[in-house]
Amino acid sequence: MPATGAAVRLCGLRKTYGGTDALAGIDLEVRHGEFFSLLGPSGSGKTTTLRLIAGFEEPTDGSVELAGQDVTGLAPYERDVHTVFQDYALFPHMTVEQNVGYALKVRGTGRAERAQRVRAALASVRLEGHGRRRPAQLSGGQRQRVALARALIDRPAVLLLDEPLAALDLRLRGRMQAELKELQREVGITFVFVTHDQGEALSMSDRVAVFNAGRIEQVGTPAEVYERPATAFVADFVGASNVLTGEPARRVTGRPGPYSIRPERITLSAPAEDTAGVGRETHDDAARTGACEHRASGTVTDVVYLGHAVRVLVDLDVGGRLTVLRHVGEGADHATPGTRVMLRWPAGHAVPLPADPAPAPAPDADPGPDADPGPPPGSPGPGSPDPGAPATVPAPGRGPR
Amino acid sequence: MSSLSRDPHPADGRPGGGTPGGAPGSGRGSGPGRTSGGAPGSGRGGAGGGAGGGPARGRRAVRAVVRTLHRRPRLRLALLLTAPLTWLVVAYLGALAALFLAAFWTTDPFTSNVVRTWNTGNFRQVLTTSVYWHVALRTLGTALAVTAVDIVVAFPIAFWTARIAAPRYRHLLVVAVLTPLWASYLVKAYAWRTILSTGGPLDWALKPFGLHGPGYGLPAVVIVLAYLWLPYMILPIHAGLAGLPDDVLDASADLGARTWRTFRSVVLPLVAPSVAAGSVFTFSLSLGDYIAVQIVGGKTQLIGNAIYSDVTLDLPLAAALATLPVAVVVLYLLAIRRTGALNSL
Repeated sequence: MPATGAAVRLCGLRKTYGGTDALAGIDLEVRHGEFFSLLGPSGSGKTTTLRLIAGFEEPTDGSVELAGQDVTGLAPYERDVHTVFQDYALFPHMTVEQNVGYALKVRGTGRAERAQRVRAALASVRLEGHGRRRPAQLSGGQRQRVALARALIDRPAVLLLDEPLAALDLRLRGRMQAELKELQREVGITFVFVTHDQGEALSMSDRVAVFNAGRIEQVGTPAEVYERPATAFVADFVGASNVLTGEPARRVTGRPGPYSIRPERITLSAPAEDTAGVGRETHDDAARTGACEHRASGTVTDVVYLGHAVRVLVDLDVGGRLTVLRHVGEGADHATPGTRVMLRWPAGHAVPLPADPAPAPAPDADPGPDADPGPPPGSPGPGSPDPGAPATVPAPGRGPR
Repeated sequence: MSSLSRDPHPADGRPGGGTPGGAPGSGRGSGPGRTSGGAPGSGRGGAGGGAGGGPARGRRAVRAVVRTLHRRPRLRLALLLTAPLTWLVVAYLGALAALFLAAFWTTDPFTSNVVRTWNTGNFRQVLTTSVYWHVALRTLGTALAVTAVDIVVAFPIAFWTARIAAPRYRHLLVVAVLTPLWASYLVKAYAWRTILSTGGPLDWALKPFGLHGPGYGLPAVVIVLAYLWLPYMILPIHAGLAGLPDDVLDASADLGARTWRTFRSVVLPLVAPSVAAGSVFTFSLSLGDYIAVQIVGGKTQLIGNAIYSDVTLDLPLAAALATLPVAVVVLYLLAIRRTGALNSL
């Protein structure tokens, strides 16, 4: 690939703090005009990556290229990149106008042109009439938009966003997600967006890189990452998944797995449809014939009503436990704890994972209910998912901080 | 491959907060309203000291006092503040008031006794005698020069202690900045007298460059005062710089500003209140100093010296002179207040 093909290119990028790798050597290419998300738990290296691209820190090893130009070692002000900080980092002693016009003023743009472009930038984030205020007089959402306007005013080649929505409340976050996506489409600038919220990453991005413990586990479109997780960590961190492994996996699918199966891919039916007592033979049958459907019978242990959907936990007869997510009216309504059920899913949706368990996430990987990635991927054994782990479809904005 | 079209609403199963109903209202009714009925008399409180009745009775008395105090927040406040407020009003403001009053009295020219007749002659004398004007202006200039020197010297030091030095050494460095304050003022001033003496260390050090030290005089006074008050300038600037968010500096560089630009447009305005706070110390301390001047000032006279020499001869005149620096400091504080510096003191 020619060097000019990528807006951002990271080669073997490594960053060490006091002997520990914050970033253990990553390679990454972000294309021009792309909305690209760096997704991962806190401490996984995504913010470090962002700071290395911006130039706030220098890599221990490796290089950063912007539009085909090696910028490793250049100061932040020498890079055609602007950043939207997590806490916005507005200049508290300047008015909104002065904040937004800062980049132009620094470059010596004339007063009249500056005023006009500031006005346009404020209009583009719907903050007309707020120019004379100080940041302290604005609400969180307004500050967020000032930070955006400030970073976009001189059209950088790449905009870096460091969890810009994390400080907003749930409702506002949802609205800002939509606005941000729309803004990106309008201006056509490459966005590199750091988040620990998988719903946010999936719903906004063109492509996603999933980070874990200083490495990239997978790069792909949201659909690829969600439907075809490359590792157990991705399967687990991006949405909820059932990991079927070992003996139960062999009995159900014919191979020991591990397999990742998304909870909403599994359908529930009454066991009566199957000939009673065939149990094991049926599964082996299915495996032998390479049937396009996997089946397993089991007993419902828990049913959680979620409003639009029902989550059902099923203990399989062959061992292990699966989570099933069905929309209300999709046949799970009648399930109660103790009910016998038959689970089926298209064989294509049992995604094989590498047998090696992925490295466990960093100890501080889970910053609370905010980023609830479920159980650590290494949690081994049959019926992998922790029964307490919430099975979720990608959801924009999980609980408020 | 189309599963993303699924309803993206939270499937979390934990909607909203968990606890039904707030915590029951805390039963403790404190608050000032409670006291309105009670007379301030301490009543039972005093009885507790009269021991004699056995430990049980003593304990009961203590409990009664505690209960009374618990029920009467204003009484508690009164007990807490009476002594220090008395000190503040009588010793501190009282002395200032006495000074101001004395400035309106006169002195018998023959006996040097104070005559308590009311007149404004002293102020007229201070304001119309050119010597006093010169001394006052020289003092003001000295105080401003000392403040300026301290700002210039303190800023890089504070920048280093607050932002460049490794975080674990920062506290040590602050302590190091403070150590000169542990030594006696007089010792330090006399040390400077030695340093600045003709043929002394400073002369010796400057000799290879064909220069010599300033000798005793006004420049020496500025140097010594700037040295003496430097920690009072470093500390607030250190605090201001330490409180500067990293992100804001990053943001400035990110938006294209080079180091000097960031310093001018972001660091300086944000730290200005701290600088102003430090200048309150250096300025007012310099304004009132008269000892360093005697030690390294040669024949230089500052307003403190004028007051000092007048105190025994003409106390009312000295008092009138002393109101000058008070007035200047008040004006200075009023000017400083506009920068918001007083909030960071």
